[in-house]
Amino acid sequence: MQNFRITAIIIILVSIGVGYFDYHSQAPTAGALYFPFRLGLDLNGGTQLTYSADTSKVTGSVSDAMDSLRQVIERRVNLFGVSEPVVQVEQDSVFSSAGQNKLIVQLPGVTDISTAIQLIGQTPLLEFKIQNAGTTTAYADTGLTGSLISNAQLQFDPTTNEPSVIVNFNSQGQQLFDTITKDNVGKVLGIFLDGQAISLPVIREEIANGQAQISGSFTAVQARDLVQQLNYGALPVPITLIGTQTIGASLGQDAVHKTITAGIVAIILISLFLIIWYRLPGLFATVSLLSYVVAMLALFKLIPVTLTSAGLAGFILSLGIAVDANILIFERIKDELRRGREVRSAISEGFARAWLSIRDGNLSTIISAAVLYFLSNTPLVKGFALTLGIGVVVSLLAALGLTRTFLFAVSPEPSQTKNKDGKVGKTAAFLFGSGFTTSTPLPKAPENK
Amino acid sequence: MFVITYRKFFYAFSTLTVLLAFAAIIFFGLHFSIDFTGGSQLEVAYPGARPDATVVSTKVNSLGLGIATVRPSNNDSFIIQTPVISNDQENAVLSAITFDASDTPVVKEFDAVGPTLGKELEGRAILSIIIVILAIVLFIAFAFRGVSKPVSSYKYGYVAIIALVHDVILPVGFFSLLGHIYGLQVDTLIVTAILVILGYSINDTIVIFDRIRENLRRASDGDRQNKFDTIVGTSLRETFGRSINTSATVLVALIVLYFLGGEATRTFALALIVGVIAGTYSSIFLAAPILVSLKKAQDKRNAKKK
Repeated sequence: MQNFRITAIIIILVSIGVGYFDYHSQAPTAGALYFPFRLGLDLNGGTQLTYSADTSKVTGSVSDAMDSLRQVIERRVNLFGVSEPVVQVEQDSVFSSAGQNKLIVQLPGVTDISTAIQLIGQTPLLEFKIQNAGTTTAYADTGLTGSLISNAQLQFDPTTNEPSVIVNFNSQGQQLFDTITKDNVGKVLGIFLDGQAISLPVIREEIANGQAQISGSFTAVQARDLVQQLNYGALPVPITLIGTQTIGASLGQDAVHKTITAGIVAIILISLFLIIWYRLPGLFATVSLLSYVVAMLALFKLIPVTLTSAGLAGFILSLGIAVDANILIFERIKDELRRGREVRSAISEGFARAWLSIRDGNLSTIISAAVLYFLSNTPLVKGFALTLGIGVVVSLLAALGLTRTFLFAVSPEPSQTKNKDGKVGKTAAFLFGSGFTTSTPLPKAPENK
Repeated sequence: MFVITYRKFFYAFSTLTVLLAFAAIIFFGLHFSIDFTGGSQLEVAYPGARPDATVVSTKVNSLGLGIATVRPSNNDSFIIQTPVISNDQENAVLSAITFDASDTPVVKEFDAVGPTLGKELEGRAILSIIIVILAIVLFIAFAFRGVSKPVSSYKYGYVAIIALVHDVILPVGFFSLLGHIYGLQVDTLIVTAILVILGYSINDTIVIFDRIRENLRRASDGDRQNKFDTIVGTSLRETFGRSINTSATVLVALIVLYFLGGEATRTFALALIVGVIAGTYSSIFLAAPILVSLKKAQDKRNAKKK
């Protein structure tokens, strides 16, 4: 009793704290607590490009090839100066023909597709440049580029275990590399990818065999990445554009405002319904619902979930579903009261007996959400499934944890509620009753088997 | 309970609505969006006065991009669909439909979906629906495995399938009708709505079945055998209020979403509203009464054997 009251107060305080976090973390001034909502393309405006990658000619690991493709494209997109671009690989599945992996590029805020397509489609440039004497930042072209590399390998020094990268040039590259290294011993040979220095080794001696060893202070992971980038300086697999989507920013903003309004109105209407119909328990269900809302918003920020218009719709739908468990429990409590139980035991029986059907019902919704999430390849649908799935799980916790605690916290002692006849008194019956409270007593409940 | 007594009336009503939905699907078909068929879709808004749709249509069709359809959306916009076009062709369309330099159309959305992408999506959609139906039916049969008297637990599963088919056919038929009248298209979100309906509408059925199971356990062997219809009727009456109330809160959320939410989710909300109503109806007026009919048929068979 006392414990339930203390827990109830703690829950309310924590909910207020989480609510404050939801609000406060939206401002960039929040510092370490800055967790803004992540809005999808359809809400922010922007462009999504879907490419099909032809991996049928890849000899090695397809996922490695796709990974280096992603890295190449990512660098390209970063050059574009887009904030928070998303480049993701989607492996082929039972639905697509074999060897057709997809690459999805999302460019928030970019509505000029032609420039974006051009930028992503261009071949990357790998260059070897010699540092100008007396400077550290100026480099001179040597004419040696990635097109002259035949392959690159990762190697570990047997004694020091230090990783190094071995580059093999083709015959033309071999000659050029020989000349460059002979003329520039002691100088820095900068290796540039798209104009960005990725390694700055010093030439120690003339190298005639067309093989360069790049060693230095890099980790095994960095060395592996470098090998991939060298091997796949150009796009490792040919790609073709198969789908584009552009959404104007104003459309997204409009959708955000409308959805927020819809969410607030839905919360108010559902709360009114709960309080009018279910009285005191309904009030607690409303508090649980509000805790549910602030917890969900915090989860969206922390996970983070990319919110799309469909995802927000799923969240509003989940408001209606979230109170279902409460309704089933309250109806069950009413049944138990009519069977002649006193308030406290009616509450605990109500929870215990309603749980089975609540669990079964919600599991079927979770099944749908899971199938949607794993089988869908549209960000819109994935976003919806994720918010709906998280919503159902969190709402179950809210109904079983929060509403239950609140009810026990205020439920009167059996001696307080009974009147002279030994029945539940009128005040308690009113507060914990609801809607059509019929006076017909139900048969006594069977003992739990 | 009147639902059980007059169950044949409710069967007739359900059969009629399902047949009407079927007829709509067969005669009107479904208008699939470019998500499935492939193609380009351009939505433009005119900040000033919106020109006539036929004028826009003639202009776009004269560009030789293939057959283009133009339909109005909102009060200020047009949705223009063509076979897949490039960005340059999109710009050509835009300049073609700029009739007044002071009222240039603003691009709200431009989508281009290649035919392979559309085909793949279609496969995914069909597979998702099949998997969800199978998973839910297996789950129901498993959840009610304890109940075998006097109706076997499999029958609860079969009844759930009938209810699910009812719940899916009605919104699909409704959208076929809307497609015929208003040119509304079935897109990925509508398929998503159908999957959610499958998962959610079974909730009410489970609550009712759960109460039937509990009341059966409490009844004597004789009552279980001879008063099965009364037990189902009592269970329905006892759960009636909560079936309506749980659906009501969801409907409140959806109706608010329909009227106040963004345009992108409006038809999605509509599909869910129709599905939730169909789901609640089928749980109360279809699923539980069918259990009684199955029991009666079973009794008749047993009587013949003797």
